[in-house]
Amino acid sequence: MSAFQGTADRGDPDRLGRGEGSRGRQHSAEHAAGGLASKRIVVGYGFWIFLLSDIVMFSAFFATYAVLVGQTAGGPSGRELFDLRNTGIETACLLLSSFACGLASIGAQAHRGSWFYGAMAATFILGAAFVGLEVREFAGLVARGAGPTRSAFLSAFFTLVGCHGLHVTAGLLWLLTMMAQVFAKGYRADILRRILCFSLFWHALDIIWVGIFTMVYLMGAAT
Amino acid sequence: MSHAEQQRGPNHGDRAPGYERLDGHQAGIGSYLIGLGLATLLTIVSFFIARTTLVWQPSIPVALAVLAIAQMGVHLVFFLHITTGPDNVNNVMALAFGVLIVFLVIVGSLWIMAHMNHNMMPMDQIMQMQR
Repeated sequence: MSAFQGTADRGDPDRLGRGEGSRGRQHSAEHAAGGLASKRIVVGYGFWIFLLSDIVMFSAFFATYAVLVGQTAGGPSGRELFDLRNTGIETACLLLSSFACGLASIGAQAHRGSWFYGAMAATFILGAAFVGLEVREFAGLVARGAGPTRSAFLSAFFTLVGCHGLHVTAGLLWLLTMMAQVFAKGYRADILRRILCFSLFWHALDIIWVGIFTMVYLMGAAT
Repeated sequence: MSHAEQQRGPNHGDRAPGYERLDGHQAGIGSYLIGLGLATLLTIVSFFIARTTLVWQPSIPVALAVLAIAQMGVHLVFFLHITTGPDNVNNVMALAFGVLIVFLVIVGSLWIMAHMNHNMMPMDQIMQMQR
């Protein structure tokens, strides 16, 4: 076990290239016989499981929304409420934010400070713009008397979209934490693992948003 | 792609989701650029189709669903780096289980609730029974 970890060199933390040389072959045999994966893989896999469970939780909200979408109780329907231009801008913000987050994770792996901080700042600004637009939309709906208490449809709408918005807000706080940790502690292995988890979280939020803008906004406006 | 990487056989370890190798920053950025381009394209088509009158109207929700699933695939491959490679089997298995549960929850709920709506007594008759 200790020899196994000791030979992991810096350039190949997951020892993916261990097919070469006699030592490498020995290691792959060890792994096939039940050797341990590197911590980075274990952490990434565990966080991936968490993300999938989060997506399963969102699927319950999606199902609730799909069941209740017609129950407007005489109130306004999605067709009258949704502004697709606003949704389009929100979508662009989140997609570009996801892209910037990918650049930031590359910058962190390359230990390039300006790249990492710049891309993380862009991620934060675009994510904050998304949250701002969503808060403005929600405030507008409540002001028009279409708040979450108006009908079952609107309750489900605010639950689903608001839950995603809360996730994005939590992600923004996490993002600032990661920038501060890199600033204070540098590109340590454990910090890089946290950045990997953060970028997975941020990309997963974008996947959920694809479901929301399609099912809630576009289908709501089309039918 | 290094020589060693091409030689990797099955059972050569796993890869964390979202992780790409250190030795190709350009390749990493390229993957994100392709993902951004495809996702933008699919999003624009989605928004266009939602408002168009060019196609048969009942086909629009189906087209939107297909485009959304395609875009989720683009995000998974180019942003989260989930691939079908041998080092990704665990990630793909977990994803497949997640997709199964999501499918059961959403389709099952819609199916059951539609049946209950269908089989429910009309509201005025329920009101009369309560009298």
